[in-house]
Amino acid sequence: MLARSPHAALRRLFDEVGAVDAVGIEERVAKYGTRSIKKAAKLWGLKLAASMVDLTTLEGKDTPGKVASLCQKALCPHDPELGVPQVAAVCVYPAMVKHARKALGSDTAVRIASVATAFPSGQAPLKTRLAEVKAAVGDGADEIDMVINRGAFLSGEFGVMQDEIRAVVAACGDATLKVILEVSELETYDNIRAASFLAMRVIREGDFIKTSTGKTSLNATLGNNQVMIEAIRDYYLDTGVSIAMKPAGGIRTAKQALTFLVAIKETLGDAWLNNARYRFGASALLNDLIRQIAKERSGAYQAPYYFSEATESY
Amino acid sequence: MTRLPITKTPKVYVGGAFIRSESARVFPLKDADGNFFANIPQCTRKDLRNAVEAAAKAGPGWAKRTAYNRGQIIYRLGEMIEARAGEMAEALLLGGASKAAAAREVAATVDRLIYYAGWTDKYEQVLGNVNPVAAPYFNFTVTEPMGIVGVLAPEASPLLALVSLFAPAITSGNTVVALASTSQPYPAILLGEMLATSDLPGGVVNLLTGFRQEMIPTFATHRHLRALVGVANADERKALAIGAADSMKRLQLLKAEEPTDWFAEAAQSLYAVRDTLEYKTTWHPIGA
Repeated sequence: MLARSPHAALRRLFDEVGAVDAVGIEERVAKYGTRSIKKAAKLWGLKLAASMVDLTTLEGKDTPGKVASLCQKALCPHDPELGVPQVAAVCVYPAMVKHARKALGSDTAVRIASVATAFPSGQAPLKTRLAEVKAAVGDGADEIDMVINRGAFLSGEFGVMQDEIRAVVAACGDATLKVILEVSELETYDNIRAASFLAMRVIREGDFIKTSTGKTSLNATLGNNQVMIEAIRDYYLDTGVSIAMKPAGGIRTAKQALTFLVAIKETLGDAWLNNARYRFGASALLNDLIRQIAKERSGAYQAPYYFSEATESY
Repeated sequence: MTRLPITKTPKVYVGGAFIRSESARVFPLKDADGNFFANIPQCTRKDLRNAVEAAAKAGPGWAKRTAYNRGQIIYRLGEMIEARAGEMAEALLLGGASKAAAAREVAATVDRLIYYAGWTDKYEQVLGNVNPVAAPYFNFTVTEPMGIVGVLAPEASPLLALVSLFAPAITSGNTVVALASTSQPYPAILLGEMLATSDLPGGVVNLLTGFRQEMIPTFATHRHLRALVGVANADERKALAIGAADSMKRLQLLKAEEPTDWFAEAAQSLYAVRDTLEYKTTWHPIGA
């Protein structure tokens, strides 16, 4: 019976996609923070990071008004004189998509992402989850953030997990899909790599894999990010299909964001240094990016209260 | 058996931790006889930035403490210095002070802290007010701490002057980033160890050592610093005034050209507490 156990299924998958050298990953990512990025390169990186932000509000207390102000901030993050680019997308609950569409209009480069599939747990019948995806797309969402079935993954039922992702891909139509692995519930780097491969095999070129929902204690870390982008690299070298990446949750400071960009630059290269291939799921990050851009421009350290308060959530 | 000498690595007290400068730079400190004593952290503008972040984090919690509790804690800081008065006096000897002068400075420093510890729950009664208005309203003027205050300590009286400058600021719930005397930094290093054991939350008082000319431009322009108090010469005052105008901060600077008697009765005052307060006036309907 051992061959049918979840453990054996995972073992076979690890053999196939390769395991992760956890100590090596930790050591590698510890070095990313040591790169010296100053002046023009820093300003470029800060602006790039701002253009990669999925400005997020995912709270029970979200209102159409709050979503509308979030959209205004996405369109014009600060005084245009400062040259802060528009963010990549706003990220809201499905019920808020139509309000976001109204606030952004149809002629905008800022995309609307919506978490669907019974976010954050994913514990709803498949039929319900697919209906949620279709409703969000119908209301004008350009991107869907889905959560994988962690229970299916951990019990070795990879077919179930992949079939569900396939069904969501079909329900998305033209919308971009982001598959949230919820790394904190996968527990090991090996599992994160294996789940990344399972997801990448059933999504389309240009779709994303994403670290986390931001609703659990442990969110995006450099280590998780590294495991996933190395999976993306290996998958790309195997198949030629480029998958995009979105770390989410816990990235609050400009310095953190720059370190993540260093990881991308040194692992995937320049082709991934744009908001079609890399995003930050964050709410507070944008404020700190603007603050640091203002510092670079003026030379004076800025106080956070000169920039808008964080939209909280993650 | 002869023991190897165990010398202390001086570190600055920032955010409740003892740190080296992020630059890893140090400068040598000599004792009164010209012998090498220790390498002192040469803090940079980035250390100042980090200290301001630490002070910002500590600020709301410190300001929310009851006035009575702030008084207890500042009193305890006095106790901590009193208990290590001999060691602190030794530190003052490095700068060439006589034994008697060093002991006198330590005692005056403790007394100064006790003085401000007493004011924490009393300044509001004296500085705040109920204003008479010709309508059925109470009209209150109350004080609030400004936020993060920068302190520029003078070269002389490296302990007493430093404490006399930051104590009134923390009395009302401000947090402080202070630059210690460049020529006599060691008492501030030692003071950090006493701050750490005083119940004062980490980040309320942050002490930096280093070169004034490197740090003053950042003290002047940092927009998160709400006020600067301290001692400065004419050139520094000009640079600080220009930076403060741009970043809208309050300046309370004594002239370095006119030495201050830090032992004098005038060196401790309720008005020093007022220097780092903002006034807020509110109307409240009577009977509601």
